[in-house]
Formats: sequence, structure tokens, C-alpha cells
Amino acid sequence: MALAFRLQKSPMPGFGLGMGITLAMLSLIVILPVGALLARGISYGPEAVWATINTPRVWAALYLSFRLAFLAALVNLVFGTLLAWVLARYDFPGRRLVDALVDLPFALPTAVAGIALTALYAPNGVFGSIVRDLGGKIAYTQWGILIALIFVGLPFVTRTVQPVIAEIEQEVEEASATLGAGRFHTLRRVILPLLLPAALIGFALSLARAVGEYGSVIFIAGNLPMKTEIAPLLIVIKLEEFDYDGAAAIGIAMLLISFAMLLAINLIQIWSRRRIGHV
Amino acid sequence: MTRIVPATDNPTAGGRSICARGAQGSRCRRAGPAAPGLRRIAAIVVSLVGLGLAGPVHADNSLLNVSYDPTRELYREVNAAFAAKWQAEGHAAPTIETSHGGSGAQARSVIDGLKAQVVTLALASDIDQIASRGLLPEDWQSRLPHNSAPYTSTIVFLVREGNPKGIQDWGDLVKEGVEVITPNPKTSGGARWNYLAAWAWAQKNGQDPKGFVTELFKHVPVLDSGARGSTTTFTQREIGDVLLAWENEAYLALNELGEDRFDIVVPSVSILAEPPVAIVDKNIADDEQKALADAYLAFLYSPEGQALAYKHYYRAWDDSAANPEDVARFPQLDLVTIADFGSWKQAQPEHFGDGGTFDQIYSGQ
Repeated sequence: MALAFRLQKSPMPGFGLGMGITLAMLSLIVILPVGALLARGISYGPEAVWATINTPRVWAALYLSFRLAFLAALVNLVFGTLLAWVLARYDFPGRRLVDALVDLPFALPTAVAGIALTALYAPNGVFGSIVRDLGGKIAYTQWGILIALIFVGLPFVTRTVQPVIAEIEQEVEEASATLGAGRFHTLRRVILPLLLPAALIGFALSLARAVGEYGSVIFIAGNLPMKTEIAPLLIVIKLEEFDYDGAAAIGIAMLLISFAMLLAINLIQIWSRRRIGHV
Repeated sequence: MTRIVPATDNPTAGGRSICARGAQGSRCRRAGPAAPGLRRIAAIVVSLVGLGLAGPVHADNSLLNVSYDPTRELYREVNAAFAAKWQAEGHAAPTIETSHGGSGAQARSVIDGLKAQVVTLALASDIDQIASRGLLPEDWQSRLPHNSAPYTSTIVFLVREGNPKGIQDWGDLVKEGVEVITPNPKTSGGARWNYLAAWAWAQKNGQDPKGFVTELFKHVPVLDSGARGSTTTFTQREIGDVLLAWENEAYLALNELGEDRFDIVVPSVSILAEPPVAIVDKNIADDEQKALADAYLAFLYSPEGQALAYKHYYRAWDDSAANPEDVARFPQLDLVTIADFGSWKQAQPEHFGDGGTFDQIYSGQ
């Protein structure tokens, strides 16, 4: 295309200043640290980075981190959406309280969350002792990690979906009903498509949060190599060995996998938006 | 470590003066109560400037001691006692700050630019790492007596009250059904001493040491990242039958959590853990600060400092001023030293480095 790139002057004033501040902040807060990580990897050399990543233990940790983060985000997608629906659609005593509770995982220091969850789910804890009597174990297994990841990721789906639900007019459902659709049909063909883009954003945020989560998981995981060792812990272990390059290599691996997953989710989201027109 | 910046909130009647010192001298403006937004912005700006300035403003009679986790209680008392002594010798009151954390992480902060004049860490290899970046000479460990370790400790077993599993020695740890709690040797200095002590016992008892530690770690259900984390897992979560712990940490657990809940078992062989101290030469501002740092470390070796170490369950060297009760509680046992493993420069990569014997346990090589 032989189109010359030309800035169209926006009728809104303040573009130059706004864009300048945005770029400066973005560079300082996001691009510089990520750039430093990549620069470290480049100076280490692609072969060395690959050699660090391509070991059974690193693969096991990466697989564990991404698999559990994905599962936790899926759980949050379903229950977060349900929670948002209940909060947006029904009025019940204590609704505002529940609404405020949703944000707690954001506010609580993750270490506190991890210690509290461990105390509950350890074999001598309130829930843990019940499970122990049934012959199971939650804390110090992958189940414990999953619970911690669900906890930290829950608000993302609820908070992205809730305003969308609040905006869907009740009339839309009534129209669907008058046209002869059953409740399930209305939910599947009318409501869910409207919610999908927002829910996907929530899913992506929840996933991204869970992949990088360290503080809460470390207390409940047990941290056994090849079994319950998450990828962020491997990075910390590399740092403890003063192996900055090795730590950067695993960091880059996580960055690339996360980027690929988020890109895929964004593509699905664009596709779903196209399908239903707009939201 | 946190630095507290003097609060900018100084409520005067009806408002607050904001002063800007320019080339023309100082201009002051009195902000009225009517502009809360502006005042907040001004307060933030002043705080930010304060944060920026807080760094370099550091009097020379101050020290930052970067230490590891279980020394909190010890250095709280040492700092107070040393400050009193230093003043009694006719000097100005010193400001001594202490920062605590995992030994490796603390060493990294110093490497990455934390201006610590004194480091008191769990392992010589962590200070070796700082030395390898040129912050202090490579032969730092020979500058002070006893390999620069003013106090030592060892590794003992903490078991549940009455010792239900009958654990007496290292060999009992790999019995059927025994669960052992230890932190991860990769992330915890204390855990490296645990590991080497187990290795030494196996060597002395005609077992294959690598086979023994491999078997031992099959009995470990949880690997915490630090010594305090493992103590919590064992004492609060009630996981495991035996905790491999610093002797001082084990006594602390007994004292804090009740002597009726746990017993200390002393194995036949253990390791002499020498947590070393050193001055970080490159972070010393001037002669005055050097004198203060020297005196601070010398105090640790003085009868008074040694008595404090005994009091906090460390095995020190000079018991002339110590409470005899504090000294008598340490049982005698066969202690190997890091010299039996060559040195930390040798043992660290061989056992705990990338692909070392600890990694091999879990990769099954």
C-alpha cells in the first residue's frame, strides 16, 4: 500500500501532552524492566538461555505454573461470572458487603493470603483436617497451589464482567422471551455472547496474575522439585545461586509463553467481538 | 529495611507554609485551608524530594549491619550494648541499623548497591560472593579471629514431645514413616549446614553419603525457602516428625512455643556452623566510620559481646563474662567443620551449585 502515514489531527485537545506522559510512564514502568530482562538474555546468548530452560526440572515447573494458572483462570471464569451476575442482578441483604469482599484478594498482601490459606488447608487446619480424615491432602500439594491461584485471580473476572451485566437491559431478555426463546436459549444465545468479550479479558487478567504469583503460593505449595515447584520459585532459586543469567533465562521463557497465551486470548476476543458486532 | 522520612504533615493553625529556596533566597507562601488539592500535591512533591534526599544524608557515626534471619534478637541487644559502650568511651551516640532476611538475598542486596558497612551472614560463601564483586578483599575471612566467626552454632533435631518416633541420630531419619522438615538448601543458608551435617554423618558411619542424603530428602514432604518458614511448618502446621534446625533456632522455638511441646535431640555427629562477619571496605565513608565499624565487630569478640551470643543460644568462644547457665546448656558432640569439605568455595558449587549433588537428588542422576 502506498499510503503515506499521516497523523490525523484529533479534534480533542491535549493529544501531544497526554501521549508524551503516557509514553514516558510506559517506558519507565514497563519497557525498561522488560528490556533489561531481554538484554540480559541476549548478552547471555540464545543457546545458553535454551540450555537453561531445556532441563526436566525447568519444564516441570513451567508446565506446573501454566497448567495450574490456566485451571485457576477457568474456575474463576465460571464462578467469577456467576458472582458478577448475582451481584449485578439481584438485590439481597448484605449485597454491598459481598461486593466489597470481592476486592479483598486485591488488597490483602499475598503472603498473608498464603499463610491464611495454609493455616486453613494444612492437615491440622479447619478444612485440612476434614480432608485428612477422608484420606486426602490439600496444602503442600498441587490442590493447594490451585486454591491460592483461584483466590488471587477471582476479582479480575467479576470486576470486568459486572459492569457489562449491569448494562444489559432487562428488556433484551424480555424481547428474547416474547420471541419464544426459553430461558436456557436466552442465556446461551443472548446473554453469554454479550458477556464473552469482557469475560475473556477477565480470564486473561486472572491467568496473567496466576502465572506470576509467588507470595501466596510459596507458603502452601510444599515446593518439592518436579512435584510442587512453581516457575517463579525456580527464578528465586537461580538468584540465590547468584546465577542472574539463569534467572533471566527462565524469566524470558515465562514472558514468551505468557505473551503467546495473552495474544491467543486477545485474538479469540477480537473474533468474538466481530461475531456479535460490538459491545 | 525501611527508612522513615520525616512526615511533611505539620499541622499549623489554619494551613502550612511551603517554602521554595531559589536563587533569590527563600520564598515562603502560606497555603490557606481553602486549597486542599494543592496542598496534597505540594505534600507529595515535598515527600518525593525528601525521599530523594534521604539517601546521601548519612552521618558518619552510623552503621548499617546487613544480617540474616535468626539474628534479630541477638543484634537488637548487641546494638544497644555496643552503643552504650561506645558512648561511655567518649564518642558521640552512634546510629546502628540492622537489616534481616535470607542470607543469600541479603548478600545480593549488598552486591546490588545496599550501602552496608558491616555484613553478618549465615555462610562464608555469601560474603565470598560480595568479595568477588570487589567490595571487600578476597582474604576477608582471615582478618578476624576464628575464621571471622565470633559465634557459632550447630544443627540439631527438634522432635515432638516425648519423641514418639524414637529419633536419636541421623540414621533414624530415613526409617519408614518418618517425615523430616528442612528448608531448601538452594534458598536457605541453614539448610546447607543441615545437608552437610547429614553428609558428614553418613561418611563417618561407612554409608554412601550421596545415597543417604538422597534417601533423606525422600522423607521431606515440604521444602520451605527459609529456616523460619520450616520452623513454622513444623511447629504451627504440625507437619513432620523432626525438624532439622539451627541449635539457636531450636532453643528459641522451645522458649517461645512451650517446652512441653517439643524436645531437642542432639545427634552423634553434626557440623560446626560458622556464621561469619566482615567489614565491607568499599562502603566505608571515612576513617571515623572505619573506627566505628572496627569497634563494632571487635565488640562481638569481647567478653560482653560473647556473653550476649551465649544468651541467645549461640556457641561463642569466650565464656568469661557469660552466665554459666547459658554455657552449660550446650551438650558436647562430635562436630565436623566446613574445612572437612575443603571450604565453602569448594563445597558450594559441588553440592549446591547448578547440577551439584543436591540437584542430582531430584533429577535422579
